[in-house]
Amino acid sequence: MSEKTILKFSDETAAIAKKIVARYPEGRHKSALIPLLHLAQAEFDGWLSVPAMDCVAEFLSIQPIEAYEVASFYSMFNLKPVGKCTLEVCRTSSCWLNGAEDIVRHLEKKLGIKEGQTTADGMFTLKTVECLGSCGTAPMLQCGGDYYENLTLEKTDKLVDSLRAEGKARVYTNDNPVNID
Amino acid sequence: MGKKILLANDHIEGIRFLDTYRKHGGYASLEKALKSMTPEQIVEEVKTSGLRGRGGAGFPTGMKWSFLAKPEGVPRYVVCNADESEPGTFKDRYLMERIPHLLIEGMILSSYALGAKTSYIYIRGEYFYVARILEQAIDEAYAAGLLGKNILNSGFDLDLYVQIGAGAYICGEETALLESLEGKRGNPRIKPPFPAIAGLYGCPTVVNNVETIAAVVPIVNEGGAAYAAIGVGNSKGTKLISASGHINKPGVYEIELGVPVEEFIYSDEYCGGIRNGKKLKAVVAGGSSVPILPTELILNTAAGEPRLMSYESLGDGGFATGTMLGSGGFIVMDEDTSIVKNLYTFARFYHHESCGQCSPCREGTGWMEKILHKILHGHGTLADVDLLWDIQSKIEGKTICPLGEAAAWPVAAAIRHFRKEFEDFIRNGEHVNDVKHYYRLNNLTAPIN
Ligand SMILES: Cc1cc2nc3c(=O)[nH]c(=O)nc-3n(C[C@H](O)[C@H](O)[C@H](O)COP(=O)(O)O)c2cc1C
Ligand code: SF4
Ligand code: FES
Repeated sequence: MSEKTILKFSDETAAIAKKIVARYPEGRHKSALIPLLHLAQAEFDGWLSVPAMDCVAEFLSIQPIEAYEVASFYSMFNLKPVGKCTLEVCRTSSCWLNGAEDIVRHLEKKLGIKEGQTTADGMFTLKTVECLGSCGTAPMLQCGGDYYENLTLEKTDKLVDSLRAEGKARVYTNDNPVNID
Repeated sequence: MGKKILLANDHIEGIRFLDTYRKHGGYASLEKALKSMTPEQIVEEVKTSGLRGRGGAGFPTGMKWSFLAKPEGVPRYVVCNADESEPGTFKDRYLMERIPHLLIEGMILSSYALGAKTSYIYIRGEYFYVARILEQAIDEAYAAGLLGKNILNSGFDLDLYVQIGAGAYICGEETALLESLEGKRGNPRIKPPFPAIAGLYGCPTVVNNVETIAAVVPIVNEGGAAYAAIGVGNSKGTKLISASGHINKPGVYEIELGVPVEEFIYSDEYCGGIRNGKKLKAVVAGGSSVPILPTELILNTAAGEPRLMSYESLGDGGFATGTMLGSGGFIVMDEDTSIVKNLYTFARFYHHESCGQCSPCREGTGWMEKILHKILHGHGTLADVDLLWDIQSKIEGKTICPLGEAAAWPVAAAIRHFRKEFEDFIRNGEHVNDVKHYYRLNNLTAPIN
């Protein structure tokens, strides 16, 4: 048997996690579980391996199973490795009525993968997801912290190309505040 | 032009930031409340306003607030429901993204009125960038003495935090939301006890929708009576409608409750009519959970009265001929829309989102999706329509939370009003206007465009 992998938050992430834990009353630190799983996913390559979940459980002094059962309930937590950019195309009513399916098929062709798969170079994962609250600007997809709306096939091509050039999806952190309009 | 209360200033540049928000009257309501009103007076104004919960169920907010238990020495919580995952609904996102301080001001007012010292805004994880916008606004509010200790020298203290979810529609159900906020799976709780008695951490808790809490700001500012003067019948005030689908101008519209549906769909002030000059076929008026109605029943009630955008008028006729205002997610479908296919996306959604605690919901949503999938792929039989009807009828009233019903109602309504289309689909494949999709769904070689 190989040594058990042990992961730890970086000092920076641990400091953010500590601040999150302080939001809840004494003894209710388990409330921080979901926010901390998000932090772990961001820090450990975009997915929650068992060691990543153990790291969160350890940090919160809860049983590992408490982290596993929560991680497996919520669709944003990836329990398997994903690409650097996950393209999550909405597949619900308004988006579907406005051509979401064409976007999915187009992306499958362009990336050479099927929905649910990751490209061989580890760059893109293609997923379909349920309504993301962007139905008025359908069809749409989410990648990282950003919504890409009113998609056309051309816009989708451009997006894929620019993400490929960028090498990663954009995320929002304390150092990178949202700056829309 | 209808009167706008929540979105009166949404197009002002920089309204997202505290100084601009204040320049346009922001936080005047809070100053007024903290200087001159008792918490009880605020609850009274909210009762007078006739405000009903904007999250979907339409429960009177003032009444909900007055149910809140107040045992000595036990903390109370106000939790804002910003989970917004009902397909077709995107108004809360718009409000939070454009005018975050309106929600924050509403949270401070509500917390003051209900005696909460710590409050949370629970927002769906996918709205991560919106959560950041809210957090940036909350930081501004702390720096200006609008949050924290001794707010505006009133002696009132409040801490406000944003909690992000992680992708689960069920966490919009208030008790599932509280479970999630406690760091657990989003399994709804059996009620009673209601959150007003035992909510977050077992303490008395009020859960309200983003729009409901934002509406407290104008209600305190102008008085409950002024709010109640807008609207019709028991549908007071304004409502944010998320309009999407085959319309010329999709978007979020603030309407005075009582606007005729026909005006809402066709006037340039709102949806601007059906796209590409097509005819209207059907509308889902209040988010995916409410019954779909065909053109003749959405524009007019069964009695021939013009249908209005109000709780009562949309509900007129019950589920036989009416629907619900719900969350205000207004999805418009043109004549080329396949009702069968649209229903399939809903059934798949509910199956995906069922938490799995109750067999009728867990199994029923699975079967409904499977049968619709089978029909869509050209393998349906006429008996499948009856089977669908049978399954949906066995969910309602037999589950812990209303998601079961929310999954059953769209299926029931689609069959009730469009049975023939299901039968035609089964006999002939998808109707001619949508033939491209028929080929695609069946993985047949046909031109993609
Ligand atoms: C399955 C399900 C999903 C729900 N989703 C939401 C939601 O996303 N946002 C919301 O405000 N209410 C939602 N609700 C309603 C809440 O349970 C609750 O009634 C509401 O937050 C109360 O606030 P209000 O009275 O201000 O509307 C949902 C209910 C159910 C059963
Ligand atoms: S009705 Fe469905 S979602 Fe609600 S508790 Fe039961 S299984 Fe879970
Ligand atoms: S249906 Fe796609 S964002 Fe709502």
